[in-house]
Amino acid sequence: MSLSSVVMYLLVCALAPLLPGIATRTKSLLTGRRGSPVWQLYADLAKLFRKGAVYSRTTTLVFRAAPVVLIATSLLAAGLLPLDGRSALLAFPGDLVGFAGLLALGRFALVLAGLDTGSSFEGMGASREVMVATFAEPALFLGFVVLALATGRMSLEEMLGVPLASVWSGSAPSLVLAAASFFMVLLAETSRVPVDDPATHLELTMIHEVMILDHSGPDLGLILLAGSLKLALFGTLVTSALVPRGGMAPFSSGLVLIAGLVVIAVGVGMVESVMARLRMNRLPQFLVAASALAGLAVILELQRP
Amino acid sequence: MIAPIHDLLLLLVILTNFWVLGTTRLSATVRATAIQGLLLGLLPVALHPGWTAHTIGLAVGTIVVKAIVLPAFLLWATREAAVRREVEPLVGFSASLMLGAVAVALAFAIATRLALPDVPTRLLVPVALATVMVGLLVLTTRSKALSQVVGYLILENGIYVFGLSQAERVPFLVEVGVLLDIFVGVFIMGIVVFHINREFDSLDSARLTELKD
Repeated sequence: MSLSSVVMYLLVCALAPLLPGIATRTKSLLTGRRGSPVWQLYADLAKLFRKGAVYSRTTTLVFRAAPVVLIATSLLAAGLLPLDGRSALLAFPGDLVGFAGLLALGRFALVLAGLDTGSSFEGMGASREVMVATFAEPALFLGFVVLALATGRMSLEEMLGVPLASVWSGSAPSLVLAAASFFMVLLAETSRVPVDDPATHLELTMIHEVMILDHSGPDLGLILLAGSLKLALFGTLVTSALVPRGGMAPFSSGLVLIAGLVVIAVGVGMVESVMARLRMNRLPQFLVAASALAGLAVILELQRP
Repeated sequence: MIAPIHDLLLLLVILTNFWVLGTTRLSATVRATAIQGLLLGLLPVALHPGWTAHTIGLAVGTIVVKAIVLPAFLLWATREAAVRREVEPLVGFSASLMLGAVAVALAFAIATRLALPDVPTRLLVPVALATVMVGLLVLTTRSKALSQVVGYLILENGIYVFGLSQAERVPFLVEVGVLLDIFVGVFIMGIVVFHINREFDSLDSARLTELKD
């Protein structure tokens, strides 16, 4: 832990809500509309946190705890990444499993909350969300395996930090493949087209939106905030795998990360404006393709002399 | 140093293999093989940077036949037969993608055990084996006759990549003969496809088992 990592942590957490706004704005501009301002999510959050929450009488503590668990796990997971390119807030060997586990725990809480409402509608969303997660997680782990093989380390701080910068050019092809796989996982994890459509309100096609339908006020605000943070986390994974920042000064490294996150948000918006949502039965194929890319990268890394 | 250019080309060949395995649209699979043909055409130049007439001729011949003529012909056949998608493959798309990944792993495992004299790059033989296996997979598990032609082309591409490991020793005439063979082969297949389509109003090769006198 260093001063620059604390500053970057606070900065990324503060700027994360901009990313969905940038993605939405890109989409509106590309489809010939003006669109909402980039800081729309800040306005939404301010509005939601001023409101009161409405709870159905069938719900229990599980429902109320879920948003808090979700935001806590997301903030913790962010602490495991070396956001300034050198050090994370918290690092220990094997924390890559912790990173995936924390994100899974947050999702698990949200799924339970969805089931807790007793509505078959939200249960359907919850089951779909779990299906997407089941296929996304192997791809994420295979990507981590590539980073671990390339650097020979088992902690995210080192896998994405200084050791990666020294080995990057030697295993560039496999790292680019891993980054591509991370980007596909990002689209799935943050409920974006082509896996899910954040704009849809048609019950037959909704996945994430339908699961959080009963949350209101501050609870919904926390869920939206955690969603934007997740976009920033996976964006950091993609950026770090593509641009090794271990050798840079803290300031330029932070600048590169933020530029990378903006580019990824624009990329998400571009994907959304050129692709349609995949049919539900084609979803596994998309994520299996992500796993296949990461698997190929693993094989390449194993073959590296 | 960044990985040499021929390794990147070979990597892209594997990615086009995955693309063919994962897509349902016939025109997209034909386009993928066209791109693969282009990559294969660039390979001899990248592998043997001597710029001899042999490698240049091989590159130009491969690009003309595999990246331009055959794909154009297959696209024409797709339009003529009015088939757009592979609807019911014997092995589903996710499963065939996974099998493709297994094929790549297997190819790398086998390639380390093969003792070949002076192979230009260590990726060449595994990519060749993986491409042959993927071609075989497409050839056997897809039901539309056009997909099977694509599978045959990919299979042949794999053999071509394998041949590149010994490109300096194979006479030019042999290569040209092979290219001509493929050209004629695909041409005949295209005409057969056309006739199957006219006879049965479908390109499903499973229907051929119903042939009676």
